[in-house]
Amino acid sequence: MSRRTPDEEPRLTGRGIRQSMSDLHSWAGLLCGWILYAMFLTGTVSYFKDELSQWMRPELPYQAQVPDQAAVAQRVADELGTLVPGSPQWSLRLPDARNNSVYAFWRSPARSADGRGFGEGQFDPATGRKVASRDTLGGDFFFRFHFQFHYMSALWGRWIAGVAAMFMLVAIVSGVITHKKIFTDFFTFRWGKGQRSWLDAHNAFSVFGLPFHLMITYTGLVTLMAMYVPWGERAAIKTPAERQQLSAELSVFIQPGRPSGQPAPLASVEDMVRQAQARWGRDNVGRVTAVHPGDAAARVAVSRGEAGRLSMSPQIMEFEGTTGRLLAVRESVGPAAEVRGVLYGLHLGRFSDAVTRWLYFLVSFGGTAMVGTGLVMWTVKRRQKLPDPSRPYLGFRLVERLNIAAIAGLSIAMAAFLWANRLLPLELPRRADWEIHVFFIVWASALAHAILRPAKGAWVEQLWTAAALLALVPLLNAVTTQRPLWRSLAQGDWIFAGTDLLCLALAALHAVLALRTARYRPSPRAAGRARGGPVAGGKLIEEGA
Amino acid sequence: MSSLTDRAWRVGPLVSRIVAALAGGYALAALASVAVLVLPISKPQAVITGMLASFPIYAGAVIWVFSVRSATRAWLGLAVVATPLLVAAWSVWRA
Repeated sequence: MSRRTPDEEPRLTGRGIRQSMSDLHSWAGLLCGWILYAMFLTGTVSYFKDELSQWMRPELPYQAQVPDQAAVAQRVADELGTLVPGSPQWSLRLPDARNNSVYAFWRSPARSADGRGFGEGQFDPATGRKVASRDTLGGDFFFRFHFQFHYMSALWGRWIAGVAAMFMLVAIVSGVITHKKIFTDFFTFRWGKGQRSWLDAHNAFSVFGLPFHLMITYTGLVTLMAMYVPWGERAAIKTPAERQQLSAELSVFIQPGRPSGQPAPLASVEDMVRQAQARWGRDNVGRVTAVHPGDAAARVAVSRGEAGRLSMSPQIMEFEGTTGRLLAVRESVGPAAEVRGVLYGLHLGRFSDAVTRWLYFLVSFGGTAMVGTGLVMWTVKRRQKLPDPSRPYLGFRLVERLNIAAIAGLSIAMAAFLWANRLLPLELPRRADWEIHVFFIVWASALAHAILRPAKGAWVEQLWTAAALLALVPLLNAVTTQRPLWRSLAQGDWIFAGTDLLCLALAALHAVLALRTARYRPSPRAAGRARGGPVAGGKLIEEGA
Repeated sequence: MSSLTDRAWRVGPLVSRIVAALAGGYALAALASVAVLVLPISKPQAVITGMLASFPIYAGAVIWVFSVRSATRAWLGLAVVATPLLVAAWSVWRA
C-alpha cells in the first residue's frame, strides 16, 4: 500500500496531503471497520431498545397508559426490601411511555457467591414482583454489545470500543479532507458502474449524515470519557468531598455515606415520588435511588425523566430516607458539565419523540451503510488490480471474507437472536445467556460459511438467509405468542406491530441486496479505463471527489 | 543484509509516524486534560472540560502527524504543542 516512503518529498504538496489523508482514511477505516460496523448497526437498533425489550417479553401486556409512577415505586421498593434486605444501594428505572417494566439494579449486602457484588432484574409495575416473563436481556443485549461487546470484561470491551471510536473519528476527519468537492459529491450517483457506484454510495451515505456521524462518534467517546482520560480527575480530585462534588455534576446516583448501623424503616417512597411528579410531571420521573435503605442514615434520590429535555445532566430531588423530608433539589450543573450532559443526551437520543427517534434510526442506519460500503469498496477497488483474480492474495481474501461475515453475517445473527427469543424453551436454565450464545454461534457459523464458499456465492446466500429469517419473524411471532401482527395492528399496539413491520422492511432490503449481488457481473474494463500505470488507490478517491 | 537495512530505512519513518499518532497523540490529549486545570474555573468544571477537549486534540494530533512532510516534523510539532502544556500540567501535579 505504501507508494512512497513517508519522508520523501511529494511532488505536489496539495496532492500530497490529500493522498496521505486518503491513506489514513483507508487504513483507519479498514483496521477497525468490522468492529465499527457491528457497533454502528447494534447501536442503531438500540434507538428502539426499549421497544425491542417489550417485544422480547411478550408475556407482559401492552401498556396503553403509563401506570402511576409513585405507586409503582413503592411496590418495587417494598419488594426489594424483602428480596435484598441490607443492600447498601438500589436504583429503579420507573415505567414510562416506552417501558412497561421496572428495571432495578442493586448492590448485594455482602459479595454474592458469583463475586459480582450486584444484581439486576425486571419488575412488574402492577404487582411489584419480578416479571413473570421469559428470561431475556431483550434490547439491552444489542445496546450493551454496542459499547462493551460480550464474553469479556466490560472494561476490556469499553476500551476496544473507545479505540475503535477514536479510529472512526480520525477516519471521518481524514475522509473529509480527502474530498475536494464534498457538496457536488452529494448529487453525484453513477448506478451500475462497479467501483464508481460503490464510491458514490459511500460518499452519499457519508456526506448526507456527516454532521450526525461526527456528532455520534464524538459523543460516543464522551459517554465513557472518564474512563478513557482519567488524568485530569486523578490530578485534581483527591478528597472524598471533591469526588462527591464531581459526581454530582455527572450522575443521578448519590454517594453512599457511612451507614449509622441503627436500623430504621424507609419512609414512604410513594410520597417522595409524588413530590417529584408535582415538580416534573406525572409520567416524567426517571429513577429512584436509595442508599442504605433500612438504616437511619438512608437517603433517597428521585431523578427527573429523560423526555422533554435534551441534556442528560442529573436533575434530582434528595430526601432523608427515614423521614421523607426534602433535603435538596438539584436542577442545574456547571457549564462544562451541562455541555457534557447535552452531548451525552445527543448520543442516546432518549429525549426524542417518535419522529425524531425514527430520524435517529435512519441516519444512524446511513452511518452503518457508510461503514459497510467503505469496507466493500476496499475489496472492489483492489480486485481489478489483482494479478490473477481467481487466486487473490491472503490479505485480500481475509478482508473479503471478513466483510461477508461482518455485514451479511451480522444480520443473520441479529435475526437469529430474535428467533432464539421465541423458540428457546421457557424453562431452559440460563435462558437469557443462551439467546446470546445463539447469536454468537450463528455469527461464527456465518464466518465459517464465508470462508468455505466462493465469495459471491457466500454474499448471496447469506443475504437471502438474513432476508428469510427477518421476513418470517412476524409469522414466528404469530405462531408463538398471542400477539400476532393483525391483532397488534387492530389494538394499536405499535410496539409489536412496529417490530414486526420493521423486520419485514429489513427483509425486503436484504432481498434487494441479494438480488443485486447475484446479478452483478464484474467487468474488469469498466473501472480500469480511468487509470493508467502504477495506480494509487487514493487517486480514484480524488478523481471521484 | 542491505535489503534488510533498506527495508528498515523505508519502514522506519512510517512506524515512527504510527507511534507518534497513537502514543504521541494520546499523550498530548492527556497532557491537555491536566493542563486545563490551571484555568481559573472550579475543579469539577475544569476536569470535565479537559476530558471533553481531549478527543478533538487526539484526532487533530493524528491528522497532523500524517499530513506533514516527514516523521521528524510530525514529532517536532507534537513537542512544540506539548511543551507549554507540560509546563502547565507540571504546575498542577506539583500543587
